[in-house]
Amino acid sequence: MDAVFLFGQLFTGLSVASILLLAALGLALSFGLMRVINMAHGEFLMFGGYLTYLASQWVGPQFLWLAFPLAFVGSALLGAVLEFTVIRRLYGRPLDTLLATFGISLILQQAARQIFGSTGVPVMAPAWLSGAITVHGGALDGLTFPYVRLFVMALSALVLIAVWWLLNRSRFGMHVRAVNQNREVASSLGVNTRQLDMLVFALGSGIAGVAGAGLALLAPVNPTVGSAYIVNAFLVVVVGGVGSVLGGAVAALLLGCITALAEGLTSVSLAQAILLVVVVAFLQWKPRGLFPTQSRALEEA
Amino acid sequence: MTYRNLTASLTLLLLGNALAQGTVKVGVLHSLTGTMAISEITVANAAQLAVDEINAAGGVMGKKIQVIKEDGASDWPTFATKAEKLLTQDKVAAVFGGWTSASRKAMLPVFEKNKGLLFYPVQFEGNECSPNIIYTGAQPNQQALPALEWALSKGYKNIFLLGSDYVYPRTANLILKKHIAAKGTNLAGEEYVALGGTEFSSVINKIKAAKPDVIINTLNGDSNVSFFKQYQAAGYSAATLPVISFSIAEQEAQSIGPALLTGQYATWNYFQSLPNAANKKFVAAYQKKYGAKAAITDPMAHAYMDVYLWKAAVEKAKSFDPVAVRKAIVGVSTDSPLGKITVDKNGSLTQTVYTGQSGAGGQFKVVAQSGGVIAPQPYDALAFPGKTCP
Repeated sequence: MDAVFLFGQLFTGLSVASILLLAALGLALSFGLMRVINMAHGEFLMFGGYLTYLASQWVGPQFLWLAFPLAFVGSALLGAVLEFTVIRRLYGRPLDTLLATFGISLILQQAARQIFGSTGVPVMAPAWLSGAITVHGGALDGLTFPYVRLFVMALSALVLIAVWWLLNRSRFGMHVRAVNQNREVASSLGVNTRQLDMLVFALGSGIAGVAGAGLALLAPVNPTVGSAYIVNAFLVVVVGGVGSVLGGAVAALLLGCITALAEGLTSVSLAQAILLVVVVAFLQWKPRGLFPTQSRALEEA
Repeated sequence: MTYRNLTASLTLLLLGNALAQGTVKVGVLHSLTGTMAISEITVANAAQLAVDEINAAGGVMGKKIQVIKEDGASDWPTFATKAEKLLTQDKVAAVFGGWTSASRKAMLPVFEKNKGLLFYPVQFEGNECSPNIIYTGAQPNQQALPALEWALSKGYKNIFLLGSDYVYPRTANLILKKHIAAKGTNLAGEEYVALGGTEFSSVINKIKAAKPDVIINTLNGDSNVSFFKQYQAAGYSAATLPVISFSIAEQEAQSIGPALLTGQYATWNYFQSLPNAANKKFVAAYQKKYGAKAAITDPMAHAYMDVYLWKAAVEKAKSFDPVAVRKAIVGVSTDSPLGKITVDKNGSLTQTVYTGQSGAGGQFKVVAQSGGVIAPQPYDALAFPGKTCP
């Protein structure tokens, strides 16, 4: 295996990790705070993708400046509406939430099909994102770093930092952590937990929308694209440790690198199976993930 | 839409019983819901169009055709159940349907048990030959092998095989690998990605390391969107590394985004741009009924023509009995939108193979075609030696 291929796979690992993280962050947030297994998370990614498509239809090739705010606000609003109408009524009933959000995911898929058609819609990366940095000369001659992948990596890092800051440095984050540790006590100290639940769910949905906008540059935008991400997003959340944003980041990095390594050494079709075997073995060893959160809420759940 | 179809079918069913004297029933069995609906709804539409045209012109042997439409729902056991229902309850004279090989393989025993007749409109991997199925899509020697020969004639020596991970790409590539070895050319690499897969970074890295001249692509569905986006992001284009695809037709080109496909190749028995008179009439009629911008593909053209083939065979047999029709259909020949086709005794078509290059708007321009029609070979001599149709 030559150096160019090896470094290429290393880059693949980082790129896959950034995509996994982007897809999983919103999920980790709502799962962590509210124990809501949101099966419709993939459809928020899809929704972000369609909003990106609309942005590209409205403002032409330089659509990204509009796409990200639109995807964030649009998905967050949709998330807030769902929280208010459905999910709020099912807290503490994890199986019912699972079923309800699965139903919502089907409704959203069919809605996309009715509005945009069952075939996907084209979203093209703007011209300044097409192309790649290529290494010339030396041992790594020919190694390329596509701009789109670098862009998704940067986006992923940015979202991670923003979420980390929000949770650990802002008043909102303090409330979230307080509720996460002990809902009743936080509530008795004046935290409006209902409002907080809605805000966190909306934030998680908004992040999924942003992820969908970024991923639209690399993948299709169609009614069923959410299901392509949902399984891996759950893998990241479970391996990382439920409720841990940092754990999610480390897990995404780990899973991305294992995937790239397995794909490089064996075949792409075998790698997915290897990844799942590794995750199953890992969960035998650490059933609560990499960074288990100690909290009363979790023990009750 | 599905609900409406269902009600329409039910209404027709009731009407049909009342008017049984003047009608003959046929089944149209495609996925109208689920992941395959994207491809199969338009194929069902094309079959319906042919039925409408035939009915408007007086029907078959004086009887109007009544379509019983069923939804396979992208679920292979459902295809078998619905096929059984069409054959035993509705007693249809023929069924037009199926897309994936999995759905066909699920329906096959049902048609053999009930002595029914299925017209299957999609290109497939061969290695199957049921007397109860008319396989009108391309056999491997009518799509994959001509594409390989065309690539070799263009001077491409290193060939990379990329496909989705299921029976059609695996079998098609098994055949291609035998022929690549037999021709003494080089297999640069081979990779499969799960159906619906969206991540191609490793695949592209492997392609870069293998340095192929051409990629033969059997990816199915939306994985193509991811692949072409990421292939382009890695700096490739049709000029530097051409891709020949077997599952990208005009409709897929629309959803992938024509700009991503510019200059890439596809091999089929039909392109919407074919200039023959039968095709112009078909395209105009379809777009009049289903929208002026509707893209028309090889499986749709096959499905449309299948209904006419069945009609010709019925009239030749002077009977609607599926066994008699199957006997009579051998040798039936027609000038179809695909050009001149003839039904071979193995139940597949002798047809022309075209290689098209994708241009603006997602239409393909024919750049090469087989010298005359090619007879179907269900069993490739190199990959499946000694196997023949019963």
